Amino acid sequence: MPSRRSLSVASAAALIATALGILISYLIHWFPAQASTQAHNTDVLYHVLVIASIPIFVLVVTVILFSVWQFRVRPGEELKDGPPIHGNTRLEVLWTAFPAVLLLGLVSYSFVVLHDNEQGRPASEIQIQATGQQFAWSYQYPPSVTGGAPVTSDKLYVPKGQSVYFNIRAKDVIHAFWIPAFRLQEDAVPGITTHWRVTPTRLGSFPVVCNLLCGLGHSLMRSTVHVVTPTQFRTWIKAQASTASAGAGGAASGTGTTG
Amino acid sequence: MAARLRAPGFYRAGVMMVGAVAFATLLTWAVRASTGHSTFHHFIEANAILTVSLLAVPLAFLIGIGGFDYWFYWAIGKKTRAEDHSGHGAYSWKDYFRINTDHKVIGVQYTVTSFFFLLVGGLIAMLMRAELAQPGAQFVDANTFNGLFSVHASLLIFLFIIPVFAGLANFVLPLMIGAPDMAFPRLNALSYWLLPIAGVMMIASFFAPGGAFADGWTAYAPLSDNAPIGQTFFSVAVQFAGASSIMTALNFLVTIITMRAPGMSFFRLPLLVWANFATSLLVVIATPFIAASQFFVLLDRALRFNFFNAAKGGDVLMYQHVFWFYSHPAVYIMMLPGFGIISEIIAVKSRKPIFGYRMMAFSLLAIVALGFTVWAHHMFTSGMAAWIRIPMAVTTAIIAVPTGIKIFSWLATLWRGVLHLDTPMLFALGFLTTFTLGGISGVMLAMVPFDIHVSATYFIVAHIHYVLFGGSLMTIFAGVYYWFPKMTGRMYDERLGRWHFWTTFILFNLTFGPMHVLGLQGMPRRVATYASQFSSMNLFISIASFGLGLSTLIFIYNMVTSWRGGPRAVGNPWRGLTLEWQVSSPPPVFNFDRVPTVVGGPYEYGVPGAVHGTFAPPATAGASAGIVGAPSQ
Ligand code: HEM
Ligand SMILES: [Cu+2]
Ligand SMILES: [Cu+2]
Repeated sequence: MPSRRSLSVASAAALIATALGILISYLIHWFPAQASTQAHNTDVLYHVLVIASIPIFVLVVTVILFSVWQFRVRPGEELKDGPPIHGNTRLEVLWTAFPAVLLLGLVSYSFVVLHDNEQGRPASEIQIQATGQQFAWSYQYPPSVTGGAPVTSDKLYVPKGQSVYFNIRAKDVIHAFWIPAFRLQEDAVPGITTHWRVTPTRLGSFPVVCNLLCGLGHSLMRSTVHVVTPTQFRTWIKAQASTASAGAGGAASGTGTTG
Repeated sequence: MAARLRAPGFYRAGVMMVGAVAFATLLTWAVRASTGHSTFHHFIEANAILTVSLLAVPLAFLIGIGGFDYWFYWAIGKKTRAEDHSGHGAYSWKDYFRINTDHKVIGVQYTVTSFFFLLVGGLIAMLMRAELAQPGAQFVDANTFNGLFSVHASLLIFLFIIPVFAGLANFVLPLMIGAPDMAFPRLNALSYWLLPIAGVMMIASFFAPGGAFADGWTAYAPLSDNAPIGQTFFSVAVQFAGASSIMTALNFLVTIITMRAPGMSFFRLPLLVWANFATSLLVVIATPFIAASQFFVLLDRALRFNFFNAAKGGDVLMYQHVFWFYSHPAVYIMMLPGFGIISEIIAVKSRKPIFGYRMMAFSLLAIVALGFTVWAHHMFTSGMAAWIRIPMAVTTAIIAVPTGIKIFSWLATLWRGVLHLDTPMLFALGFLTTFTLGGISGVMLAMVPFDIHVSATYFIVAHIHYVLFGGSLMTIFAGVYYWFPKMTGRMYDERLGRWHFWTTFILFNLTFGPMHVLGLQGMPRRVATYASQFSSMNLFISIASFGLGLSTLIFIYNMVTSWRGGPRAVGNPWRGLTLEWQVSSPPPVFNFDRVPTVVGGPYEYGVPGAVHGTFAPPATAGASAGIVGAPSQ
């Protein structure tokens, strides 16, 4: 049996390592800017996952290092065998049941987050369509948003604090509509319309990234989302609508306003 | 010369391959002419001839080298040659380059061929990291880059990890169960020869018009439907690699079920055998699905079947369902044999019985069953029906339980053992740490809201390399060092082995660890260039990866020089109890000069006087020598 002293040294080391690990996990900048309620929920989920994982990883590494330290073969023991321990039912039940409960707990919590993130907020919600096409995104703002003619633009503007429901479509192959600052993504699939819903919480401009290999120009299929105040949003969309109805042409519209 | 051309071998194969191209050309012309299409000097026609050739030429090659001779003779009613074992054993290096029915020769053929493809795939990775060292275009254009990562992944999955495990098991599994060979030695030979075909085809796609297949190893439709002809090389190569997997898996299943030595009950099987039993079940059930997915693409491409053309009523998501119904089980096909290797090494090198042997066996079976219920976790952001995410996330979380049982059992096996920290054991312990990290990131990916953010990013690249490099490849290195004495009859250089371990372990973590952060930060996978904010981390990763690539040279050098001139190995250098260690190194041509009888468990270390197998006294062995000498088929 390993000595009591070595066991307490190992336990202390494991505790310190766990504490340090959790501390460091808070210091690292894991994520880009957090710009939506969904991003906030997902980041909290991530931190919970990291905090749950660190003790498990530390446990595994501690047992390995402790065994290397205490049980490695000593001079004269080259032909010795260890004790013939074949198993221990209680231990085996424990390390089956405990992870099962932990995992089911975590996955249930993730469903709560998923539900919160996807829940409808129809009261103030606006709809925007994002269309992927090799190798650019375009955005369609329906009459319900523009208050006039529908607007198609290569610019994406969304109002802060308001729920936005994206309808995502593809013209040729599969793309993925991903806004890292929102922590949201869904594939744009030919033949069907997919969706996600976001409530932006931070003013600014953030990258929109195609996150599914769609051919030669895939790496450069990026654009920008501009989160603006609801008033700015209304002004911008009005301007777009008027250029559109002035006959500037759907595809070219939106070039008049700079981000 | 005429005799040479008639005898099975490379000459005959060459002639037949030329014939196959002629056949493909004539067939294409005939079909096109009879259906009123143009015939000469047409681009589409060239693609059609190439497509038919890709199927016909490999078959001609297999027939030419003699892969089917025995069955053809039998089918036409000719006298089949009684099994004279002329195809057994290797007496010179040339015997490795012909149809050979000895499982030990085939095991070496498999292993060496797979490592060749590891080197090619690794070199391709170096090219990719050179390109990614800085944002913007450096050395290659976007099309080439997309080809590089697609061929890299396809080679390493289909031509390295899956077959190298089959190779190691081919060598040691019959020995471990006390069998003279595999159940179907000719099928075994055929399944080996399918591999170089698949590998050469994937590499050759770089020379196809339009470049190599370039939409990832996942080859999502409809992109793959409309890609240049290089894509067909992938669709067809997967058929050959898959057929090889299925044949070998059937062979393992029948061998394990029917050819165990007297006394070798299922619960006396070494865990490597259990692991390959479980893997073979996965292979046999799942592999037809990837074959189907690639046949769909092939038919879409060649004949416009429109399976995945939404405009013509096709269903784009169906491709992904069929593909992942294979490819999730495939990740366990790439891991379970490694679990088996680690169980062998940890028991022997800790001088203790495996802790919780039965749970180790049952957890393998649990993984097989659960492995078929989680595939859509690769599709959380695919646009499939939202509710599917819920059950698939639950099963994905649950499958980590049997995986955890294995890790805890290995840890408990170490506890109070007498640890011999040589190269195989170092790789086993390294595996435990890195694979645990890969399992943890896997569990995180089961959490749908989190996966929605990181799916298809560098976080996934990090996860798959922690499980496939830090997991599978570490176990492969461990296994190669562990059985090197048995396979070659020589010892490897222990000092170089340790250098190899430490350089690999450290540089692996430096290369792939930061990728987690890149993914979280917003860097997509499969991109030739990236936003400048990611450049310093990418440069760091590229430098570390070059070191990691170089560390492989230590391994190659060690293997080559030790094989040629290492000290002679004794039969049982590690004092193992399992049967492969009870015969000479390398083993006799028919494995056991005397029939083994199994009398106890495989890992009874520390039990005074325990043995796993005994050998019948020479008198009885003489009586059954006929059976031992004649592998049944
Ligand atoms: C605890 C066990 C594991 C869990 C819970 C798990 C979970 C997952 C999940 C949810 C994904 C999909 C992520 C996405 O694309 O959004 C994934 C991807 C992947 N996993 Fe795992 N995983 C586990 C272990 C393994 C093992 C053992 C291997 C192989 C040895 C493996 C290989 C892969 C590969 C290759 C992919 C990416 C496939 C691709 O998109 O190219 N995983 N894993
Ligand atoms: Cu794209
Ligand atoms: Cu999976």
